[in-house]
Amino acid sequence: MAKETKTLNLNFGPQHPAAHGVLRLILQLDGEIVEKADPHIGLLHRGTEKLIENKTYIQAVPYFDRLDYVAPMNQEHAFALAIEKILKIEVPIRAQYIRVMFCEIGRILSHILNVTTQAMDVGALTPTLWGFEEREILMGFYEKVSGSRLHANYFRAGGVHQDLPKGLDKEIGKFCERFPKIINDLELLLTDNRIFKQRNVDIGVVSKQDALDYSFSGVMLRGSGVPWDLRKSQPYDCYEQLEFKIPVGKNGDCYDRYLCRIEEMKESVNIINQCLANLPVGPIKTDDGKISPPPKKEIKQSMEALIHHFKLYTEGYRVDKDEIYTSVEAPKGEFGVYLISDGSSKPYKCKIRAPGFSHLQAMDYLIKGHMLADVPAVLGSMDIVFGEVDR
Amino acid sequence: MQNIQDLEKILNSELNTKIKSSLIKHNQIYLKIDEADLTEVILFLKTNSRTKFRQLIDITAVDFPENEIRFKLVYLLLSHEFNQRIIIEIDVKEKEIVGSITSIFPAANWMEREVFDMYGIDFKDHPDLRRILTDYGFEGHPLRKDFPLTGHNEVRYSHETKKVIYEPVKLEQNYRNFDYESPWQGTKYIKEQTKE
Repeated sequence: MAKETKTLNLNFGPQHPAAHGVLRLILQLDGEIVEKADPHIGLLHRGTEKLIENKTYIQAVPYFDRLDYVAPMNQEHAFALAIEKILKIEVPIRAQYIRVMFCEIGRILSHILNVTTQAMDVGALTPTLWGFEEREILMGFYEKVSGSRLHANYFRAGGVHQDLPKGLDKEIGKFCERFPKIINDLELLLTDNRIFKQRNVDIGVVSKQDALDYSFSGVMLRGSGVPWDLRKSQPYDCYEQLEFKIPVGKNGDCYDRYLCRIEEMKESVNIINQCLANLPVGPIKTDDGKISPPPKKEIKQSMEALIHHFKLYTEGYRVDKDEIYTSVEAPKGEFGVYLISDGSSKPYKCKIRAPGFSHLQAMDYLIKGHMLADVPAVLGSMDIVFGEVDR
Repeated sequence: MQNIQDLEKILNSELNTKIKSSLIKHNQIYLKIDEADLTEVILFLKTNSRTKFRQLIDITAVDFPENEIRFKLVYLLLSHEFNQRIIIEIDVKEKEIVGSITSIFPAANWMEREVFDMYGIDFKDHPDLRRILTDYGFEGHPLRKDFPLTGHNEVRYSHETKKVIYEPVKLEQNYRNFDYESPWQGTKYIKEQTKE
């Protein structure tokens, strides 16, 4: 007579180092094989969308830093683009280059964090220590330009808040010279590492069709062999003028996604270098006084500038009645903002489309039939950050 | 790449009885349809070889409490092949039940759950319609316009009972919604006071 077996329910999280935040995962196990995974999310839900509805457009920007908090400026970018499209604002070229440059810095920030913590989830500690040293430098650039290491609040509709401080472009250039070697070091540790490959190759395989059906985007989609990147297919700001390649995976497993991220970091360095080389001189935000605040010096002399300043920081600028969806290629995938404006200075509705939300949804599909130990590996390769999943 | 005008024409000729209105704005197509045609239209857009909207980007709702038909459900779709985006809108009354599209797009599962959680719109034939973002045992639908920004309950750890407890929200100062629209004529509450 066969022995009677029972499935075991395991509660993974909400406080678990491999859950990358506050994820509660209810796993149904048959021995060590996962039969079903039910992610409970929302433990970091702060009601961002509701809060944005109650703030002016300028006040709403910082909320975007707090979504995917490892690449804050990429989120701000989507919001700024949405407003610019509705108001038909021309963004000065210099501002476009600065924004693209800092978006790519954000991409490197996010990918370093993901690649190294994914390695840590499967047992390698050194990459984390090496990688975080570089993140520190990059966050230093964030601080120099915006005054804050994490929650930058730097992008504005019509440009950026302030110009690069003197010498920062050289510092970024120096970093770009040095950083490819660091990527190389990380690759030496991981790419051909036997343990890393055993833990990642053929784990969490996503087919092309399923990647589309589950609304995957970014690396999750490209890892499965779909050549789709919004920077190329629906270019925004100055991406059209830059040359870069889109790395695409083949097998759609955790290992391919890791390789894509490594290649993307190299491309990002390439993009930053191009931005630095082509960085024009000029204004860094639109000169429309109804949208961007006047310089401090002018406020002391010009009555009009004073009024503009006062109106902008009390009522804020008004946005015409419209409805728009804009998206950017954030490090984690397609980050979109669906904005409905009603002519007042506050958004009527601002839906945030977070890539991680759809990725995490596919957890059950990805992990079914895998071993319990693969759960952190798959979670790690999905690049989940709860700030954006829970909003 | 297919021209967006051509695409709109194709949609209008193939689905003409089902489309209430169509519009091209910001290089995207905005379609208005009836709730009854929803699954059919979405299935058509996904499978037809001339549209190929194979990816569901998001589902969301908008609340207009003063309208007779209170909600607007919005479906965002993307076609990789033709590099086009489409925004589909349907009007939904309060307590009306909408057909689920989880059988067409598995990704709709959580998106519909989120709409249910945030707006209280029910979906027919949804495999697992539970709350998703809010707390266990939460009441109300936070993104409705009549839900207060500060919510109803607050949470704290109680040293007396040694557990986390829920209490009605107590604020030292209420959230102040300033009226900037016409600051020189005095704010509304002053106007109301002077009338009396």
